[in-house]
Amino acid sequence: MTGPMFALSALLSHWARHKVQAALLLLGLALATALLTGVQAINAEARASYDRAASALSQDNLPRLVAERITVADYVALRRAGWPVSPVIEGEALIGGQTLRLIGIEPLTLPSGVAPDIGLAGDPTGFLTGEVILSAEALNDPRVRPAELPSGVALTDIGVAAGILGPEISYLLLTGDRPAPPGYALIHPATTDLSQLTESFHLNLAAFGYLAFGVGLFIVHSAIGLAFEQRRGMFRTLRALGLSARALTGLLLAELLVFALVAGAAGVLLGWLIAGALLPDVAATLRGLYGAEVGSGLTLRPVWWLSGLGIAVLGMLASAGQSLWRLGRLPVLAPAQSRAWGRESARAMRAQALAGAGLIGLGAALLAVRGLWAGFGVLAGLLLGGALMLPMLMAALTRAGQRLSRGTVAQWFWADTRQQLPGLSLALMALLLALAANIGVGTMVGSFRTSFTTWIDQRLAADLYVEAADEADATRLLAWLGNRAEALPMIRTTDGGTQIVGMVDHPLFRRAWPLLRALPDPWARLDAGDVFINEQLALRRGLAPGDRVEQGVIAGIYPDYGNPMPQVILSWDRHRALYPLPVLRYALITDIRAAEIRAAFPRVVVEDRAAIRKASVAVFERTFAVTAALNVLTLGVAALAMFASLLTLSSLRLPQVAPVWAMGLTRGRLAQLEFLRTLALAALICGLALPLGLALAWVLLAVVNVEAFGWRLPMLLFPGDWLRLGLLSLLAAGLAAALPVRWLARIAPAELLKVFAHER
Amino acid sequence: MLSLTDVSKGYASSEGGVTVLDGVSLSLAAGETLALTGESGSGKSTLLHLCAGLDAPDTGRIEIAGRPMGRSDAERAALRRSTVGLVFQQFNLIPSLDVAGNLAFQARLAGRHDPRWQADLVATLDLGPLLSRYPEELSGGQQQRVAIGRTLAARPALVLADEPTGNLDEASGDRVMALMLRLVAETGAALLMVTHSPRLAARLDRQVHLRGGRLT
Ligand SMILES: Nc1ncnc2c1ncn2[C@@H]1O[C@H](COP(=O)(O)OP(=O)(O)O)[C@@H](O)[C@H]1O
Ligand SMILES: [Mg+2]
Repeated sequence: MTGPMFALSALLSHWARHKVQAALLLLGLALATALLTGVQAINAEARASYDRAASALSQDNLPRLVAERITVADYVALRRAGWPVSPVIEGEALIGGQTLRLIGIEPLTLPSGVAPDIGLAGDPTGFLTGEVILSAEALNDPRVRPAELPSGVALTDIGVAAGILGPEISYLLLTGDRPAPPGYALIHPATTDLSQLTESFHLNLAAFGYLAFGVGLFIVHSAIGLAFEQRRGMFRTLRALGLSARALTGLLLAELLVFALVAGAAGVLLGWLIAGALLPDVAATLRGLYGAEVGSGLTLRPVWWLSGLGIAVLGMLASAGQSLWRLGRLPVLAPAQSRAWGRESARAMRAQALAGAGLIGLGAALLAVRGLWAGFGVLAGLLLGGALMLPMLMAALTRAGQRLSRGTVAQWFWADTRQQLPGLSLALMALLLALAANIGVGTMVGSFRTSFTTWIDQRLAADLYVEAADEADATRLLAWLGNRAEALPMIRTTDGGTQIVGMVDHPLFRRAWPLLRALPDPWARLDAGDVFINEQLALRRGLAPGDRVEQGVIAGIYPDYGNPMPQVILSWDRHRALYPLPVLRYALITDIRAAEIRAAFPRVVVEDRAAIRKASVAVFERTFAVTAALNVLTLGVAALAMFASLLTLSSLRLPQVAPVWAMGLTRGRLAQLEFLRTLALAALICGLALPLGLALAWVLLAVVNVEAFGWRLPMLLFPGDWLRLGLLSLLAAGLAAALPVRWLARIAPAELLKVFAHER
Repeated sequence: MLSLTDVSKGYASSEGGVTVLDGVSLSLAAGETLALTGESGSGKSTLLHLCAGLDAPDTGRIEIAGRPMGRSDAERAALRRSTVGLVFQQFNLIPSLDVAGNLAFQARLAGRHDPRWQADLVATLDLGPLLSRYPEELSGGQQQRVAIGRTLAARPALVLADEPTGNLDEASGDRVMALMLRLVAETGAALLMVTHSPRLAARLDRQVHLRGGRLT
């Protein structure tokens, strides 16, 4: 073995003797890498879906002609008159056991560059003749061929679509900038830029990924710090034997690199598993909230390996930087007496607290700036600042504890706790961040849930909601219902990126559309030609009642949770005049059961209030399922960080504990105190995390949500949740302390005696 | 005050086991001072630790103040609180407490805190200006004076000292030793002191030498 190899094997032998420590180091880095790559993978997958959607369905952005009823004859007549129109039949269809959005196009008249590149230009005959449906999904149906399409979408010739959905044309695509022919309305469909719409959601996920990464690095930092401290003697010997400081640093870097690569590889695999587990929920959320289709399959891409390993190496270097720097400055003949590990001077702590206060101040100043990024800046300032101020606060608290306590042991307990703070502070910061994030997000979700359920109960005022397939069906249904039900028509179009709703003036809708702010007598104004707008639109454009939008004067603003789009309500008559569309949806006030209508009209979609409510709440719950899962993971990582630090400290602490033992405190009692200390620290952290978490919740509700979703919710408090979280963190702290404490309780006296006998 | 009868102690090692103490008997009267000498590694510290109940002998009996050494951790800890005071070569102050806290710690733990006596000790040991400093801010000689003050503040009947001046230069060592002997005499405690300096050993009432696991 050559010299450096020999030195390296000497360095590595440490890990063979400290397996738990090695495992913690690997686990911490792997978890940190996993959470970050997992979240990034989810975001990348979703963004890839948006890109596919954007490129494949540019027809969605063309202006279209709509009318109450468009027949083939109407289409032919327009075409003869020289209108550059192309018909589309669109609807939901059950194909191969799966409901797809089936789009039937007419390839010959379709404006060029609209259809996705699926080989239509080359040879359209196959598409025209056979019963061919091109689908994103690989389905077990002889008619279906897979194609590069957004998921959930199938494309076919209009003839095939007519065979499945019926011959009525859904709309006509119109090229060129022309007004609508008589009898038709021109609609500019929503230019739904999914990536913009969903940006806040992905930003949220990414923020959590980075938080978890940071918390994971706390573990790595403490494990490396311990390993370096324990090997001081070895380092000194190696230096004394002629190894240069640079060579030693190089060897340690090599060692860390090995760890980083192993942990990184594990982290990528773990991240892939996490992403795979979370993706269905994410996909459901994106569909429910934004109507964005994201496939739920996940492929392990090579670029992940690269970025995951890169992340692990960077994280490792960041965590080891301090230790390596110290090592470079270690004098060869330094006294063997080492100062307590991680000990920082009071001055450094004050500087840190000052920096923390500065960050919080900076965050507060950012409140004046609008925009989602500013909102996240406030969050980051708050969290980071809070974490930096923690050691100083804890020192003050333990000092107060020492002053307030009577007994000698109690006073020593607090003094000793304070002395351990430098070694524990990173883990405590991690715990603080995890708890604060938990409280903050919990409060936001809870506030949202409460507002949302109250609101949806109001909004769903009718007994049943029906939607007919076409106008003939609707007419027959109304006749069949007769006077057994009061049927209120409902209609909505999307024009120029805004949803336009036509609303009948009826007490039911008045109840269902509570207004946040309004001019006096708003419903009468609506009838007279004014409009209502949703909160999203008002916040986005800074509008208030009395202001104007294109459709008229704003008479009222209503909450519209869960809708990513701006919305305007017109009176029924105005809407009918502007958009002559078939009326297919009705709200029914009735005793008739949904099943009865379904039996009589199989093609009519019938939903009762309870079912819709359940579905909406389910979408909502899934929206935050991902956040909750990440929350729990972060808390778990923080508990692990705590465990790593306690384990680290327990062996370094013998010189502090042994004299007290020699003076007559039993090992059992010392262990008991040690356990109590961990609980006390966890409780203190919980106490500090509460205000920080509430501040976080406020920023989320009043800044980030408003920017991201366009609605502002009242902040509600859930002390029951805090109590549960507090107990959970005490439990976690207790578990983290269990092993080190058991070790202390059972330590052989000989181990303690070494403190007195050996030079340390 | 202290009596050891046929005490043996060994340690397990890689080549089986080593016997460090092999049938040691010893007794010390109240107020008597005894020096224990021997080469490095002869088992002096081991013997002292057994006397303090910090470890248990393999065989043999140890009695302190007429009572046999307890078997349980708790009993032995109680004995250390009530009767025994320890002074170590490494000082072993409590790093998280300042000098005042260290001085009062053991006396308080034993329930025998006496402010007047403590003030006397501070004056005698010349610790007044150091009371609010922390151990890491003290020199070795200063630390050992605090350690002696801490031990004697509790007025133990038996003081066990393991090379108390072994880590000090000769001048401060002599000063610390003089202070310790003076205070031990003042409180009437018995003293068992480990040293390998014949010069220091000669200043005590009696001397015993440990070699090959036996006293001579
Ligand atoms: N915990 C232990 N495990 C194994 N051997 C020990 C232990 N403590 C002391 N010894 C051995 O016992 C012998 C006596 O040690 P010690 O009492 O410290 O000697 P002294 O104080 O006279 O220098 C030495 O050989 C030492 O190596
Ligand atoms: Mg010794």
